[in-house]
Amino acid sequence: MLALAENQPAPAKLGPQAVPAPSIIRMEEVRKVYDTGKVKLEALKGVNLDVTKGEFLAIVGPSGSGKSTLMNLIGCLDTATSGRYVLGGDDVSRVTRDQLAEIRNRRVGFVFQSFNLLPHISAAENVEMPLVFGGVPVKKRRDRSRELLERVGLGDRMDHKPTELSGGQMQRVAIARALAMEPDVVLADEPTGNLDTSAGGDIMALFQELWRGGSTLVVITHDPSLAKRAGRVVEVRDGRIVSDERTENRPG
Amino acid sequence: MDTFKDVLRQLLRDVRSQKLRTFLTVFGIVWGTVAVTLLLAFGTGLKKQLIKKTAGLGDRIVIAWPGLTSMPWEGLGKGRRIRLNEDDIEALRKETPNLKAISSEYQTSMKLNYGTKTIAIDVSGVSPEFCDMRNLIPAEGGRFLNPLDMDRQRRVLFLGNEMAKSVFGTENAVGKTVLLGGSPFLIIGTLEPKEQDSSYSGRDNEKGFIPGTTFRALTGRKWLNNIVFQSQTALLNEQVSDSILKGLAHRRKFSPEDKEALSLWDTNEQFAFFEVFMLAFTGFLGIMGCLTLVVGGIGVSNIMNVVVEERTKEIGVKMALGAKARYVLSGILLETLCVTAIGGLIGFAVSLGICAVFPQFGLTEFVGEPKVSPAVAAITIGILGVIGLIAGWFPAREAASLDPVVAMKL
Ligand SMILES: Nc1ncnc2c1ncn2[C@@H]1O[C@H](COP(=O)(O)OP(=O)(O)OP(=O)(O)O)[C@@H](O)[C@H]1O
Ligand SMILES: [Mg+2]
Repeated sequence: MLALAENQPAPAKLGPQAVPAPSIIRMEEVRKVYDTGKVKLEALKGVNLDVTKGEFLAIVGPSGSGKSTLMNLIGCLDTATSGRYVLGGDDVSRVTRDQLAEIRNRRVGFVFQSFNLLPHISAAENVEMPLVFGGVPVKKRRDRSRELLERVGLGDRMDHKPTELSGGQMQRVAIARALAMEPDVVLADEPTGNLDTSAGGDIMALFQELWRGGSTLVVITHDPSLAKRAGRVVEVRDGRIVSDERTENRPG
Repeated sequence: MDTFKDVLRQLLRDVRSQKLRTFLTVFGIVWGTVAVTLLLAFGTGLKKQLIKKTAGLGDRIVIAWPGLTSMPWEGLGKGRRIRLNEDDIEALRKETPNLKAISSEYQTSMKLNYGTKTIAIDVSGVSPEFCDMRNLIPAEGGRFLNPLDMDRQRRVLFLGNEMAKSVFGTENAVGKTVLLGGSPFLIIGTLEPKEQDSSYSGRDNEKGFIPGTTFRALTGRKWLNNIVFQSQTALLNEQVSDSILKGLAHRRKFSPEDKEALSLWDTNEQFAFFEVFMLAFTGFLGIMGCLTLVVGGIGVSNIMNVVVEERTKEIGVKMALGAKARYVLSGILLETLCVTAIGGLIGFAVSLGICAVFPQFGLTEFVGEPKVSPAVAAITIGILGVIGLIAGWFPAREAASLDPVVAMKL
């Protein structure tokens, strides 16, 4: 499994117990140039990345190195300037805006540093949001949001507005929301950045629990101690992946 | 369904957080709607009133009087009296193209006796065609003269409503027999009260109408007083008048250029003027109202722009969660239409209220009764819809084309 993530899978290498997990994310020579009129800024300078199902990947790197840019491309919030991106077996390098929206809805779940919950509606309704866009019927939505909020330990906060929740609770609502459509991969951009150490630790523990449950996770973090909990750490510097290492951690 | 609920909720939220702003916006639309509907309503009322005041005389008829010739013709001197009889009418009826109806009219003053009462009354001998041409509508329970009355020279009388009142008071006149010029006449109908502001031989509600044939037999008269005719459509009045003038000039030997041998009064001319006037007037009022609405629409558009701006982050988040451009677009558009519709509804209510209390001011005599007709309502709703769509379109497109990454950073 380790070898497969980095090299082309070669049938000869496969032993009976080394069945390759399907690749969820595959990026080939992906470049992103921001064109701000006068200046062209190359935020990603040829990224190759392969993430297989069930991985827990941490992305680290200095500020401005291109981590968020990479995350936005992975999550189909933005499209690459060049290169190829295959998500869950489908080439999504050149698709329409509506198709991107649909991919975001069904294939990925986002968790943001600033939570990005809608402040006027309840926690349950926030969790239901992706289900609304996915056309899930009302009854099913209710059941699903209850189940998810219970899973993140907020079964008793269903009807609270985000403003009535603590930062850690808000981020847990956001995680429940990210899981709503059962995405192929959960993406989190500095999910603990706005939280104190203890709440941040709780969130990281929750991610590990999801990992144990079989989820694929990609998390950007500045905190080395949090990065250590992941199964694999990728370091981005100046628009390039400069290191890609596996830790001793296993989901179980 | 979800979208709509969502929109209503957001609308409520906007209204709550921006009370003054929403009030001003809705007020703009209310004002515009009131302006458009009231202007159109008053236009409609005024037009009705003007038509009512003149239509008492007849439905776009032409009246012709024979007179004295004012120029020599084919060896005949001027100052000759032109006289017309039933043969002329028959000839005209046969020969004039596009003629809808024609009737001779004989007039005299007679004495009417009923019981001990004796009243002087102007009596016209006419054909059944008069009924429609001159708007002589019989009141419930009576009828106008018919062809059989004409053929049989029946002694039947159609009585003006005021005259009937003077003779019979509150009693029903129909079926009673009176003496007219000494001969017994059966009253077959009375006039349904009508407004009549113009006339040429006294007001119809004071007159009596009997069959032309009876009139001639009774009085021994041969020559008619005047002709009343009507063309297929009001637009043809001029052409038909011309044919009639030429026809009579030929039969009675006078110059077709002679304005005095036969004087013509085309009552449609004032209608034509009214039509043009009212069209211009209504158009003017409508345009003013529309401009007001457009200004209101610009206000709504501005507000929606602010709403989109305020909600940019929220829209970005929704897009990140999979909302398609269509969803964002229709949300903003729906919300704009809702604001417009609410303003429009309030405006309608205000207009209806004003129209309802207006008659109490006692001005209806002059400007008529304003009426929000279905046409007025349809026009206003149409304009409101278009304005709402346009007002919403630009902010909605702006919202739908947001880049979620950028929008979320705000
Ligand atoms: N929308 C944009 N337009 C232009 N330049 C951009 C845009 N977004 C990011 N950049 C630039 O791209 C580079 C990478 O930015 P990015 O946000 O990916 O960094 P990051 O690694 O996430 O940093 P941080 O750890 O501070 O969040 C930066 O130099 C930034 O200025
Ligand atoms: Mg970043």
